[in-house]
Amino acid sequence: MLKIDIDKCTGCKICEKICPFGAIFVGDKVAQVQDNCTLCGACENSCPVGAISIERRQISEKELRLFSGVFIWSECEVKEEKLFPKKLVKELLSQGRKLADKLDQELSVVVLGDRRLAKLETLIAYGADRIIRCKHKLLDRFTTDSFTNVISALISKEKPSVFLFGATPHGRELAPRVAARLHLGLTADCTGLEINDNGELIQTRPAFGGNIMASIVSPYTRPQMATVRPNVFSFGEPDNSRKGEIVDFKVVLSPAAIRTKVVAIERLRDEREVSIEDADIIVSAGRGCESKENLKLIQELADTLGGVMAGSRAIVELDWLPHTKQVGQSGITVGPQLYIAVGISGAIQHLVGMSSAKTIIAINKDPDAPIFKVADLGIVGDALEIIHILIRKLRKQRAREIPLRSQS
Amino acid sequence: MKIVICVKQVPEITDVKINPETGTLIREGVASILNPFCEYAIEIGLALRRDYGDIEIVPISMGPPQAKAALMRCLEMGADRAILLSDRKFAGSDTWATARTMAKAIKTMEGDFDLIIVGKQAIDGDTAQVGPELAEFLGIPQIMYGVGVELTHNKKRVRVTREIEIGSEIVEIKPPGLISVSKGPMIRSVSSFQEILDAREKELRVVTASDLNIEEDELGLKGSPTQVVKVFPPQVKKKVELIDGTEPQGAAEKLIGFLRERDFI
Repeated sequence: MLKIDIDKCTGCKICEKICPFGAIFVGDKVAQVQDNCTLCGACENSCPVGAISIERRQISEKELRLFSGVFIWSECEVKEEKLFPKKLVKELLSQGRKLADKLDQELSVVVLGDRRLAKLETLIAYGADRIIRCKHKLLDRFTTDSFTNVISALISKEKPSVFLFGATPHGRELAPRVAARLHLGLTADCTGLEINDNGELIQTRPAFGGNIMASIVSPYTRPQMATVRPNVFSFGEPDNSRKGEIVDFKVVLSPAAIRTKVVAIERLRDEREVSIEDADIIVSAGRGCESKENLKLIQELADTLGGVMAGSRAIVELDWLPHTKQVGQSGITVGPQLYIAVGISGAIQHLVGMSSAKTIIAINKDPDAPIFKVADLGIVGDALEIIHILIRKLRKQRAREIPLRSQS
Repeated sequence: MKIVICVKQVPEITDVKINPETGTLIREGVASILNPFCEYAIEIGLALRRDYGDIEIVPISMGPPQAKAALMRCLEMGADRAILLSDRKFAGSDTWATARTMAKAIKTMEGDFDLIIVGKQAIDGDTAQVGPELAEFLGIPQIMYGVGVELTHNKKRVRVTREIEIGSEIVEIKPPGLISVSKGPMIRSVSSFQEILDAREKELRVVTASDLNIEEDELGLKGSPTQVVKVFPPQVKKKVELIDGTEPQGAAEKLIGFLRERDFI
């Protein structure tokens, strides 16, 4: 039930502009609410005088059953003037499919964007039953204000049982706003998701720098929401024979709802360049590389192996690398097939950001370096010298192999 | 101008160990510190006061009585006065209940704030959720992952340089708003003896649940939509194969062997 305190209301019309459903208007100098109000809460927190309140109560078992379906937010990135779902959406679809099957419910994927949205059928091939498309010219780029409004409105209408976001920078600024607005439990950066016998989502995540794992439930609130760590869940080949539908969700957005203004953007990574978040092979440099000049060697090894270069916080702070290539708690969480740590001692903040890599090789001169605790292969020695020889040997080997292969 | 800075006291996680029998954290002997990202938030606030003058810096924290130590650190760094929300009724709050309580306290006591600055995340929980939840409860815009803040248009606008996945961008808001910071100017590490003495003269107010007009079922564990059902130690990775690399030729050979065995070359 939405309540408007007419003594407090000043008739400023902010609620009218922000309501995603056009359900509130100012008449007779005070705000008035209509029947199409979904109680999404957009107006409640934006009212400057606190005149709007929504009575919320805890839900009963019976009401919990009204919520159905596993939903995923498909974060997109721009490539060649089109908006494509990020790689982690496939990971979310793969895990979301398992949850939906266990619950015997549908899997829906929610995509926001403008007319540059790419063909989305691949999302069905990766496991979705339904694609919910939210198209609006003000959704051309991510803003917390616009995306919070649309997703909150969609949740209020669709009433899913589970809603998952990627634990990316955008996912982690968006999900908590939705959680606050709709009074929902939210678990951050999950590495494990399953359904228990009561049909509840068990959300497992590391805490205390990965020293401990916690399993968390949201018993009274629906949807159960979580952000999911990238590169933890695997996904298989797309199944093009899968059937699904695409539906459009009507978006109501006004420019006044977006309160942030971008003044300038500096691009440090080309859109064609593979981000370290998505890379399969990463060669990562630490302070043990001694100088910026030596990073050429690290880049060379990355190139030889078909991977990308990254680095520790220490060398980003020395300005040897841009922050877009920083691995760790204050940088990016990576999960490649192969991670080679060169001269990185492995502070816990670094380990948090890379320990989900499938294979880890560490080269460091200190045998007690903590990086060796997570490594599959550790070499105690002069990292630069070893890398130098390694590159030479790999090159020689390539040179020998290529003519042989071309003959066959 | 008034800047409220939300801070948290955290254990020095580098020293946290797990009791192998019970699977719980051993907190004894582990130092408590001001969360490093919160320290950046304070530094950014102080830098704004230095550059623009006439700004009051008010750190606020929620925690047990010993969390006063983290606020003392803020006062020693140069903050003007501090508030600690401390009550057994707050215990067990998840991010939602924490943000709800903080929002209520800020609205009740510091409702005329211009900016809220928070650290990107706390190093113990790593959720990064309280900031955006707080911004939503206060109905204000947010800018996350800031690394630099400036005031423009005669302090009527706030400009934040923030780190994004493809590089960086400059975003502007009209106050009031919330900014989370992932880096600070790192101007100081220790406070002078005089600063420590001065800090003792500053106001550190302790606020309890009864000072805030808030329903009991919105507080603490009862007010938290999430519940922890199990805590357990992470899976231990198999033992590392450690190779002596004093002879680099041999080490490089072994590396190649390993890469080939795992199909990387």
